[in-house]
Amino acid sequence: MDYKHEKLFEEKVFKDPVHRYIHVRDKVIWDVIGTREFQRLRRIRQLGTTYLVFHGAEHSRFQHSLGVYEIVRRIIDDGFSGQKEWNGEERLLTLCAALLHDLGHGPFSHAFEKVFALDHEKFTQDILTGDTEVNKVLRRVSPDFPQKIADVIGKTYPDKLVVSLISSQIDADRMDYLQRDAYYTGVSYGHFDMERILRVMRPAEEQVVIKFSGMHAVEDYIMSRYQMYWQVYFHPVSRSAEVILMKILHRARHLHNSGYKFTYEPVQFTSFFDRTFGLKEYISLDEGVLMTYFQWWRNEKDEVLADLCDRFLNRRLFQYAEFDPATEYRKIGELEKLFKEAGIDPEYYLVTDSSSDLPYDFYRPGEENERVPIYLQMPSGELRELSRSSEIVDAISGKRRTDHKIYFPEDLLAAKRDENPLYDKILRMLKG
Amino acid sequence: MLQEHAKIVQFIALANEVNGRKKLQKMIYIAKKMDFPFAEKYELHMYGPYSEELTLRVEELCEMGFLAERCEDKGSYVQYSYNVTEEGERFVEMAESPHARLSDLLSRLNGKSSRFLELVSTLLYFDYLPKDEQIAKVHIVKNKLNFSEDEMNDAFAFIAELPTCSTVS
Repeated sequence: MDYKHEKLFEEKVFKDPVHRYIHVRDKVIWDVIGTREFQRLRRIRQLGTTYLVFHGAEHSRFQHSLGVYEIVRRIIDDGFSGQKEWNGEERLLTLCAALLHDLGHGPFSHAFEKVFALDHEKFTQDILTGDTEVNKVLRRVSPDFPQKIADVIGKTYPDKLVVSLISSQIDADRMDYLQRDAYYTGVSYGHFDMERILRVMRPAEEQVVIKFSGMHAVEDYIMSRYQMYWQVYFHPVSRSAEVILMKILHRARHLHNSGYKFTYEPVQFTSFFDRTFGLKEYISLDEGVLMTYFQWWRNEKDEVLADLCDRFLNRRLFQYAEFDPATEYRKIGELEKLFKEAGIDPEYYLVTDSSSDLPYDFYRPGEENERVPIYLQMPSGELRELSRSSEIVDAISGKRRTDHKIYFPEDLLAAKRDENPLYDKILRMLKG
Repeated sequence: MLQEHAKIVQFIALANEVNGRKKLQKMIYIAKKMDFPFAEKYELHMYGPYSEELTLRVEELCEMGFLAERCEDKGSYVQYSYNVTEEGERFVEMAESPHARLSDLLSRLNGKSSRFLELVSTLLYFDYLPKDEQIAKVHIVKNKLNFSEDEMNDAFAFIAELPTCSTVS
């Protein structure tokens, strides 16, 4: 039997708290899971700094990746298999894309990406097509197989139905992370009837559509997503930790670029500071490496770096205040001046941050929108955009909510407010 | 602080006005590809490279009153145009000046149709590929737009003449 169709002697299962069991029969899938690049995902948390707020949120991208694979496996094997709109030849490709869609995430994903202007999706594609263990496994299927998976992840694969299973407004990625993140954070939001959604998913020419009778299950999914964003993902304390994390990396880069002699040379970061890194350097990073450096840098002579690392490790986070950029942008300028006068570098200790989410959006004919909507398949076979049938979804469609905050070290300012009137003035400006 | 917001306001101020959300998306993407320092992250969407972050930033700038959005019914479609308000002009006074070459780039981009910029930006999205593969990719992801060979040639010629951030005047 060729490698593409080779099955394991007996089915392997991973015990999973969200999906009960992850089932693996394909030899390719089993071999991919064993590669060093996939195992690295065990050392990258799914929710970055959220564990500093919800202590249970220590789960990894490894778990999530298996979860997305399992959802797609159920959709294909239990739902789409044998239906004329579904091309059975795409099965293994779709499973691999589901399993590997987050392969390129770096430590503390989004914070690290922002500081070094990286793109995890590009790294996912590079790991798939580069000189890696996972590439060697995938090439055994066919020489162009790694590139095909990279195309699905990059959304440039010709079969849009395959792409939509991994990336759309109702995809396996979102269905797994909402449930998994709800489970590990312990919140009661994020739950919806996934079994029902899987039963009403139908393959169509360019995307997955939902049988009309499943509309209420989809409403529940969209509301879950809305609540998880505001209750968990945008939690201001978790954002505060992320702000400090980014400032640590900014400071370390600044010190390196200005010739500072570190007591503990940041060997694994220098190629990032100099922008000479390659795939090897990227893959060698994980959250354990970052945390080790933070421990060392806590004892550096540079007071800013040492303080920021200590804050992150010991959860001495920045306080936050609401901020309206439209009316208060001048205030930021004034605060920056006051911080400098008070001897506190505003570059590292005064930070504005915005969170924003659009729970669901749809393409309105004639408008220049970019999101592919969710379609309901009506009894007549006609496809109808979800918000035209659902009043609940219609009520939140296209409605973006944005929240602006300003972060600052209240503890530092409060400790010296009596001896330095500037500190008191800053605190009164920030806290109102 | 708010530097990334200021860069978008400066960009639109230099253009005087940008007609179309899609056009603004593609113009910033092309500027970014020419190494001008824009931070917005792009992915491939329906109309080519698209940045959710840019959409958000523009919405915020409109809410803040620094940009004015005008909606025009063009019959078969609706077009949104953007220009800088007086408050927006005061806001960018706080920011660093834009790069000297940016207005040159803008004058070349703003005169082009959004269809053409969609083609240019999508070709640039695949600029790591050899030319024939770049063209093949555009035909796959833009199969409904049926770009002609002449349009492809024009787009490649246009890209070759674009000034980059580091181009010497």
